[in-house]
Amino acid sequence: MNIKKYFKVYKLFNYTSLSIELEYKVNIFIDLLTAIFGLSGSIFLLSIFFNNAKDIGGWSFEQALIIQAIYTILNGITNTWFSPNLTEIVKYIREGTLDFVLIKPIDSQFWVSFKRISPTGILEILLGIIVLIYCFYINDITLKVDSLFLLLLTLGCSISILYSLWFLISTTTIWFVKTWNATEVLRSFLYVGRFPLNSFSFPLRVFFSTVIPITFITAIPSEVILGISTFWKIILEILVSSIFIIASRRFWIYALRFYSSASS
Amino acid sequence: MYNLTPNKIGTLLKTQYSNMMEYRVEIALWAISGVIPFFMLNIWTNNGLNESLNISNIMLSRYFLSAFFVRQFSVVWVVFTFEEDALLGRISPYLIQPIHPFFRYFAQHIAEQITRFPFALIIAIFFFIFNPESLWSPSIGTIFISLISTFFSFLIQFLIQSIIACFCFWTEKASSFEKLIFIPTLFLSGLLAPVESFPEFVKSWVYFTPFPYLIDFPARILSENNVNIFSGLCVQIIWIILFFLIFIKVWSQGSKKFTAMGL
Repeated sequence: MNIKKYFKVYKLFNYTSLSIELEYKVNIFIDLLTAIFGLSGSIFLLSIFFNNAKDIGGWSFEQALIIQAIYTILNGITNTWFSPNLTEIVKYIREGTLDFVLIKPIDSQFWVSFKRISPTGILEILLGIIVLIYCFYINDITLKVDSLFLLLLTLGCSISILYSLWFLISTTTIWFVKTWNATEVLRSFLYVGRFPLNSFSFPLRVFFSTVIPITFITAIPSEVILGISTFWKIILEILVSSIFIIASRRFWIYALRFYSSASS
Repeated sequence: MYNLTPNKIGTLLKTQYSNMMEYRVEIALWAISGVIPFFMLNIWTNNGLNESLNISNIMLSRYFLSAFFVRQFSVVWVVFTFEEDALLGRISPYLIQPIHPFFRYFAQHIAEQITRFPFALIIAIFFFIFNPESLWSPSIGTIFISLISTFFSFLIQFLIQSIIACFCFWTEKASSFEKLIFIPTLFLSGLLAPVESFPEFVKSWVYFTPFPYLIDFPARILSENNVNIFSGLCVQIIWIILFFLIFIKVWSQGSKKFTAMGL
């Protein structure tokens, strides 16, 4: 493992994919509009909920907005790094170009996960951060150094879980070839991450924290911000995310044994 | 004008249906990805949000199940297929065939809906297992009218997306426009919250847009919530005619700009 080499390659990846993306400049502007409308749409939906009730699952509107902000940031990260690359994996496998990746003197998981970058998601991340800062203001929160550290730690864990979920599903392409829609299923399930876990009924709550750990992703960082998170939850999230990262790595190596190239 | 005979329609549908059957697992997954209305229903009833709206839990769960069904049978993706075909130059042979290329895409959508139907039904059965009290059997008339309005909703969305797809003739990548249009479709159509629950300042103008007629209106018919069926259908027809005229115009302008690619 030569870290320097990987950094250099990663820089080149970014350079090439940015020059591809910047070919369509109008699209970037439209994507910015989409991100703004998308965020205002979900705040609109949230305001409908709070029109009819004072709190949802024990969260007030101002607090629920924090979850929305965290979701927007994570969604931006997904759109920048995970989803463009993992839709590419489907293409590599369908067209058999994964062969060229496998014979390169570089880790194949690194290549398929970081090849592409889409700048449009970065706008979403910025929007999310703006909303989050606004949330600090309306909730009267001053973040101390230790809780900032915990926030970054839990956010890091959330990102690892998200990445692993995307990568695990994309890896199944090696068997099923067309898993385009499996990622759609994941996307629609991730959608519930915009709302407080307690607003769902008990069976769904169990489903969202065990079968698909969606709620870990947004709930725990939001609780850390509000200072209501418990120690064992943070430990649990670190545990879950490391299990997911290890599982995604193992699964990729296992799946590659079944890769049989495309017609050549 | 479009040179369409019953024979051609039959052949188009048959070939597209066998094509779709090949990808039935994919379509099943797609059907599962439409379960968001059920999660929303859970938030609504679990927090008693519907109390101030005078909708009972049962009526609300019927509404969201109907919304799920309407959405399942009005999903449109023509812009993505058209964009790929245009980028790879597959449009060229379609253009010289004596049939309008969009009939092919239309047949694809119809065939996909037929393939999707059993999966949607299975999901509905699961829904009733978990919510047995909301089981209802709409009359034949209700089913018939809601089918028509769902088809109208599908037509409106198909025409909107076809207009956007024609932008490919100018920009090559039109799907980002579609993502932009999808946002109001998602939030204003009634998929996530019934239009009735919207605040007044939105309700005052939202009925002048096509969005509430895409999901809210057909879903209300199917779930037997009170709704003015006649005027709703009229509005849907007006939108269809309007978008159809725009589509004709954009298509005739755009196809002149077409330069064969990938040859």
